[in-house]
Amino acid sequence: MMNQRRTLLKGTLAAGAAGIAASVGLLTPKAVLAAWPKAAFESKSVDAALSAALGSSSTSESGKIKLKAPDIAENGAVVPITVTSGISGTESISVLVAKNNQPLAANFKLGGDTEGYVSTRIKMGKTSDVVAVVKAGGKLFSTKKQVKVTIGGCGG
Amino acid sequence: MAKSIKIRAKVKKGVATVKCLINHPMETGLRKDKKTGKKIPAKFIQEVNAEHNGKNVMTAQWSGAISKNPFVAFKFKGANSGDTIKISWVDNKGDSDSAEAKIK
Amino acid sequence: MKKIITALSAVLIATTPMVSQATPDDDLKAFRDYFVKKFPNVPMHDFINGVYAIDPASREQWEAFEEFPSYEIFVDKGEEEFHKKFANGKSLADCFPNYKKGIRQNYPYFDSNTGKVVTLEGAINKCRTDNGEKPYKWKKGKITYVSGYLAYLSRGHKINVKVPDDERAMAAYTRGKKHFYAKRGQLNMACADCHYYYAGSKIRADILSPALGHVTGFPVYRNKWAGKSKTGDGMGTLHRRYGGCNKQVRAKPFKAQSDEYRALEYFHTYMSNGLEVNGPSQRK
Repeated sequence: MMNQRRTLLKGTLAAGAAGIAASVGLLTPKAVLAAWPKAAFESKSVDAALSAALGSSSTSESGKIKLKAPDIAENGAVVPITVTSGISGTESISVLVAKNNQPLAANFKLGGDTEGYVSTRIKMGKTSDVVAVVKAGGKLFSTKKQVKVTIGGCGG
Repeated sequence: MAKSIKIRAKVKKGVATVKCLINHPMETGLRKDKKTGKKIPAKFIQEVNAEHNGKNVMTAQWSGAISKNPFVAFKFKGANSGDTIKISWVDNKGDSDSAEAKIK
Repeated sequence: MKKIITALSAVLIATTPMVSQATPDDDLKAFRDYFVKKFPNVPMHDFINGVYAIDPASREQWEAFEEFPSYEIFVDKGEEEFHKKFANGKSLADCFPNYKKGIRQNYPYFDSNTGKVVTLEGAINKCRTDNGEKPYKWKKGKITYVSGYLAYLSRGHKINVKVPDDERAMAAYTRGKKHFYAKRGQLNMACADCHYYYAGSKIRADILSPALGHVTGFPVYRNKWAGKSKTGDGMGTLHRRYGGCNKQVRAKPFKAQSDEYRALEYFHTYMSNGLEVNGPSQRK
């Protein structure tokens, strides 16, 4: 990724994917340069991931964030979750699975008119807290819910 | 990799709800092929961008921990019926795709 | 006294479906009565949703998936495949001229000419071989995309399997019925043990689905099968599931589209007559 960034800054279109993507207008240059936060996604703990992704691991619990997730996941590979943030000025919503080897699953950066709402499906290695972190007004707020991951009885 | 993105976008009282289903293996790179015993190489979407009438409304940064054939839904204000929503993705291998849909 | 006898015979019919004089419709009525009694809070039309009709917690998760289910990717693939031209210029669409009006609900049917039970998958592959094409594999992949597409177009139609006045048809139906209630495998269990007598009970962390409405959602997309597939293709046919269930009780599975499974499908689907097609559906 770093090589591609340097190449773009030099003004030449690299043979790299980001270069090609930018040249066919798939990504704005801004998006291309907003490099994928590798350090955050490869962090082994929730705190380390938050520091790397959002600059701080200091969050305050907020009842204004609703995290909808099943009590018992039907299948740990596809766990549907929805985060709704009632905190005004929500700029981003991050989703972490505390007991995954690499807890950070997603960062959703929201535009000015975009509501504090995201829904997706995540992989969970085992029973764990799912943590939703909202960045608003420079501060971090969070909520969490434990989701149980079990082994079923009927295969086939 | 054409047509990997399905979009359903509706607007109600100025708020658009956009749902996307993307056909992508989202391999973490940690799974082993049961037959060969070798690790299946990582191939997962790293970034998804959503544009409303050309303006970015959401950027999602993902790891391989997002499920296969990923789903994402989000909402934004200021939308009208007939507006265009464009969804594009880029994965760690540099593959990409994009699709547009009209908001109903 | 008459009331007691009637009540007693109703109970007997409900609990011992092997009454030899019963017609398929007698069986159907007894089957429905049994499940309505077992699950009094489930409206009849909801049985098509299997486990999700009887377990609110997993229903919520399932409804989240149904917002934009993964099987839609494969229905799209099915549409493409259905209209793709064979070497001879024809396509599957030519074999199923009424496909837009919904056809899934009429399968399986008994073909008086061949004396065999014809399943939708069987008809799809017959079309291919009749036109000089190789048949699809029976349990997963393209066959499921095409039957999924056809099921999708048939949604809402009521299952309408017929057992014509032909002793061969009745024989196939009866073979299927016997299979459903027969014990098999090292674990010595019948389909009926899990899905009739113990429907709604737990088997480790799973809840056993009722056999009423069992087949309306096929081919199914199973999260479990998707997990095994590199491309996240969780689609599978009814016979794929039959094989899996047989393995579960440590019985040797029959081949997909074998006489045994087709007979079983014939009986199994008849028991869902009157319920709406809702395939393809998402399951665990």
